[in-house]
Amino acid sequence: MKNYVRFEFQSLPENVSFARACVGAFAAQIDCTLEEIEEIKLVVSEAVSNCIIHGYENRPHEKVVVVAAIINDQTMEIMVEDFGKGIADIKQAMEPSFSSDTARMGLGFSLMKSFMDEIEVISQPGQGTSVKLKRCFQANTKEALA
Amino acid sequence: MEVELKQIRNTLFVRVQGEMDMVVAEKLRQEIDRKLETKKICNLVINLEKVTFIDSSGLGVIIGRYKKIAGWGGKMFIVGACPAVHKILMFSGINRLVSMYNNEQDIINI
Repeated sequence: MKNYVRFEFQSLPENVSFARACVGAFAAQIDCTLEEIEEIKLVVSEAVSNCIIHGYENRPHEKVVVVAAIINDQTMEIMVEDFGKGIADIKQAMEPSFSSDTARMGLGFSLMKSFMDEIEVISQPGQGTSVKLKRCFQANTKEALA
Repeated sequence: MEVELKQIRNTLFVRVQGEMDMVVAEKLRQEIDRKLETKKICNLVINLEKVTFIDSSGLGVIIGRYKKIAGWGGKMFIVGACPAVHKILMFSGINRLVSMYNNEQDIINI
């Protein structure tokens, strides 16, 4: 099965739960476990929070976050994009416990890396950041129950 | 999000309900810190029994409150995390700093 969704929303903290619920509901079309859907919701939450906190530095006015997801059989790809500040040093940003904000733990990218098979970050300072996440799920429950 | 704060002697019990993301984390941080600043509180118990989701923003509030409490020699406890939330807590390593229990009664019995 192949399917695709794409949506955008204002860069408001209130929309983080909206974004993860949408992608989580979309992921339910894949033959995967509820635990795996929770992991998808978590990585979406992390990626979208990064856009709001770091990309737009908590300035929500007229700032847009774009989320797209593709299902291709048992593989899911997610793209989360902002048009904000960008990341000067992507390698440093992805190091465990690094955060540009000392009050934060710097766990976002670590969680994304742990729960996804592939992660790609494309960023240009002043232009924005795009995070692409990919995960392949092992088919299990639905076939086993059939 | 709903949050209930209750002080018993010098311990603040915080019961959280819902999803601990950046919206909830900020409100929770403000409510807990307001209590910590105004009342004579030594220890903190965060009850996550009714929390269904946590991300790094939620973890940040917990670790931030731990630093405060530990700073004045108090103790902090996490109670009742469901398996999904427990998994993320373990990932963050908070379990190495904060004792985790099944319910509030277990702490009272210590």
